[in-house]
Amino acid sequence: MSRSLRFHVFRHNPRDAASAPSMQTYTLEETPGMTLFIALTRIREEHDPGLNFDFVCRAGVCGSCAMVINGRPGLACRTLTTALPDDVTLLPLPGFELIGDLSVHTGKWMHGLAQRLQTWVHTAGETDLDRIEAAMDPDLADAIYELDRCIECGCCIAACGTAQTRPDFMGAAGMNKVARFRLDPRDVRDDADWYEVVGDDSGVFGCMTLLGCQDVCPKQLSLQTQLAWLRRAMARQGVRG
Amino acid sequence: MKLHTTDVLIIGGGLAGLRTAIATRRRGLETAILSLVPAKRSHSAAAQGGMQASLGNAMKGQGDNEDVHFEDTVRGSDWGCDQRVARMFAHMAPKAARELAAWGVPWSRVRRGVHEAVMGGQPVLLTERDAAHGLIHARDFGGTKKWRTCYTSDGAGHAMLYTVSDRAVAEAIPVLERQEAIALIHDGFRCHGAVVRDLVTGELSAHLARATVIATGGYGRLYGVSTNALINQGMGAALALETGVARLGNMEAVQFHPTAIVPAGILVTEGCRGDGGVLRDADGHRFMPDYEPEKKDLASRDVVSRRMAEHMNRGKGAASPYGDHLWLDITMLGRAHIEKNLREVRDICHYFLGLDPTRDWIPVRPTQHYSMGGVHTDFRGESTTLSGLFACGEAACWDLHGFNRLGGNSLAETMVAGMLVGEYVADYCQSDLGELDLSPSLAREFVAREQAALAALAAGRGAEDATLIRRRMEEIMTRQVGLFRNGPDLEAAVTELQTLLERAQRLGMRHHGLDANPELVAAYRLPRMLKVALAITLGALVRTESRGAHFRDDHPARNDRDWLNRTLAWWPEGGCAPSLEHDPLDVMQMELPPAFRGYGVKNLIEHPEAAARQAQVDEMHAAKLDRHAAQSYLMSFKHFLPERYRGRNERLDEPLPGVAPASLPALSDDRQGAGKDAGATS
Repeated sequence: MSRSLRFHVFRHNPRDAASAPSMQTYTLEETPGMTLFIALTRIREEHDPGLNFDFVCRAGVCGSCAMVINGRPGLACRTLTTALPDDVTLLPLPGFELIGDLSVHTGKWMHGLAQRLQTWVHTAGETDLDRIEAAMDPDLADAIYELDRCIECGCCIAACGTAQTRPDFMGAAGMNKVARFRLDPRDVRDDADWYEVVGDDSGVFGCMTLLGCQDVCPKQLSLQTQLAWLRRAMARQGVRG
Repeated sequence: MKLHTTDVLIIGGGLAGLRTAIATRRRGLETAILSLVPAKRSHSAAAQGGMQASLGNAMKGQGDNEDVHFEDTVRGSDWGCDQRVARMFAHMAPKAARELAAWGVPWSRVRRGVHEAVMGGQPVLLTERDAAHGLIHARDFGGTKKWRTCYTSDGAGHAMLYTVSDRAVAEAIPVLERQEAIALIHDGFRCHGAVVRDLVTGELSAHLARATVIATGGYGRLYGVSTNALINQGMGAALALETGVARLGNMEAVQFHPTAIVPAGILVTEGCRGDGGVLRDADGHRFMPDYEPEKKDLASRDVVSRRMAEHMNRGKGAASPYGDHLWLDITMLGRAHIEKNLREVRDICHYFLGLDPTRDWIPVRPTQHYSMGGVHTDFRGESTTLSGLFACGEAACWDLHGFNRLGGNSLAETMVAGMLVGEYVADYCQSDLGELDLSPSLAREFVAREQAALAALAAGRGAEDATLIRRRMEEIMTRQVGLFRNGPDLEAAVTELQTLLERAQRLGMRHHGLDANPELVAAYRLPRMLKVALAITLGALVRTESRGAHFRDDHPARNDRDWLNRTLAWWPEGGCAPSLEHDPLDVMQMELPPAFRGYGVKNLIEHPEAAARQAQVDEMHAAKLDRHAAQSYLMSFKHFLPERYRGRNERLDEPLPGVAPASLPALSDDRQGAGKDAGATS
């Protein structure tokens, strides 16, 4: 016997002066294998074609569909309704500019982060593409990939006490990126350079160690470990001057 | 009207668009990218298995080179590709992989010594040589003679997209997010840019450019179940089609991937089989060797998909509430391997199927996956009929994949096409042809036309429902224009798609707003999707042969005599169906003359010139020249490449002439000291 699910969805169009934030409830019969992607698509197709939300890959890899699901940030596309009670409350991720309803500008935020941290390998000189590539220790390559797996969904920012109180905090997503490039031997930046970027309260010293980031990361990145190591290295660098 | 000008306007922020932008920016051209979504959310991110490049580092890749990669690609295409493009591609792929390595992609690396591996479900021992330690590794993929697919676990697309996207940030290339090109601005001869709709505010603007590049990916979402992202609705093809001038190429060439999960249609990588996994039927029997004794589970994708469907038609499918399916078994690869190299697969199985692939078999079925067809261009990526319009990546048909793409050639193509087409676009912009022709009045005319059309659509009070029409289209494409096709079904499909296109003009809307209104977006994309669907279906109806992924039950032979050509489609102004013409491939110019591909029974109507060309080719090979010289005599191509990319590719087994072998400076342990905490890797 299938359940009747009640979806309580945040509605607001910030560009419409007449729009006030509100919650709207839609009722759907649960179907086998139903995800929040399937449910929201059905709501749009059958109940309200004007409902805004973002899905792209619908497979848990692109990071578009993060939202607050019954109080917890997560990827909607891979959340099965069987894991949820009869009442499901969906809110947009806090801490990001609202586009409308459940859609937020995580992309814009992450772009700002890329510019601020310069999240690309800084090298000296050109590479000769005809020549055999420089060798890299296989374990090191694997370790870099491990940190490279962030999908910039924004869950860690939404779950972060500091990020919710100070907009310039770079969050676990930022710190993890610093850790990724710091580990990469192709990148010429050293800890003195990194200290300039993350060695203050908007960076690694702003973390209150609540570690909501670690709890909600859909890729299970080792955010707690990265934060701890980075803080230690930056403290050392700060003392060294 | 808001009017923007730039040198190069790129539509699409996936790998192909980004790499093109980097090339044009580096040539000093002002470049802007339009993207429906933040660039890193593009469908490139979903590519799992890896990219082919003949580096020849790994043991099972030894002896690989451009020749082998070229031959695999041409055979894979069922001789439907442009061999010159395939040559340029095979030559460039190693450079692309090495460029990505230098930019930061953490490619999996070769580890020296003896390793346990699995091939075709059976354990084997492989020994990697010392000299290759730390160089880029490769895994096996279908339809290839060597292990050639460079990878990072099963997140190659993600790693590449993030690296290239951040590279574009480094080069200060603006990516205009949530911006959709809805029409190309053109005068019938030259493309001048695009009318662009802001998906948040609904505002229209005109972007004028010397060159416009379509890099919007494929058209998988015309099918009801597809591995593609939701944004792959064929809007790039539609933009070109609606000019009435630009041509689409080989639109009927649509690939079905053997292993998408049932029912969600999410891909699990070919790397599962490349790494040793096998397909099984309802009885647990490994059936592929019964059909294809040589390549077995790693035959070309089109072949495996058809064999799977045949096997299910014989009653060997496993029953499920979502219809029959088969099983993908990777349990023998072991937990350690799966958790390291197939972790996305593990996650997908966990979250969407609630199963553990280290213990359980995965329910799979052939599912729409890739669009070989696209905006038709020459080898430079430029439309042959509309000057200043370029296309690259999956959106284009230049034409690398012919009628079937090999796994791993798509990610490689995005980079190679970006590197090459970017240079050709820059050449064009810096030539007399590419002078910026600012015509605000033309731009105004196009914007006004689109504005009026959108206003009429938003006000629509007709009886038709866009969702129902779209669903019907998806069903037609899946059932009648799918893995197996036949004349009567295709004919019926054409007729009904035309009816749907008419009905799509009479939509009733519940929301009449012109701003961030998803109902409006669905409404204006619908007729565009239907037009592209018609180009596919009509192309499939007219092509009375079977080649690669295009299989006709009523014409099962590959017919080189009549159909060794490329389908070109365009939409005449005011017409109700696309027009078609067929552009022949020149057998006497081919480096690899058409032959039997080696799958199933030989069913081939030969081209009258094939034997003569084969004799010439045999004569050349009999002369036993150096492989580069022989190749150059048969089908010279290097002079078409940008000068900077003409150099030979160095390999461990193939040092560059006159250059000392690479000393392989190790980027490893010694750099891990001071700044690099070893503990941070845990």
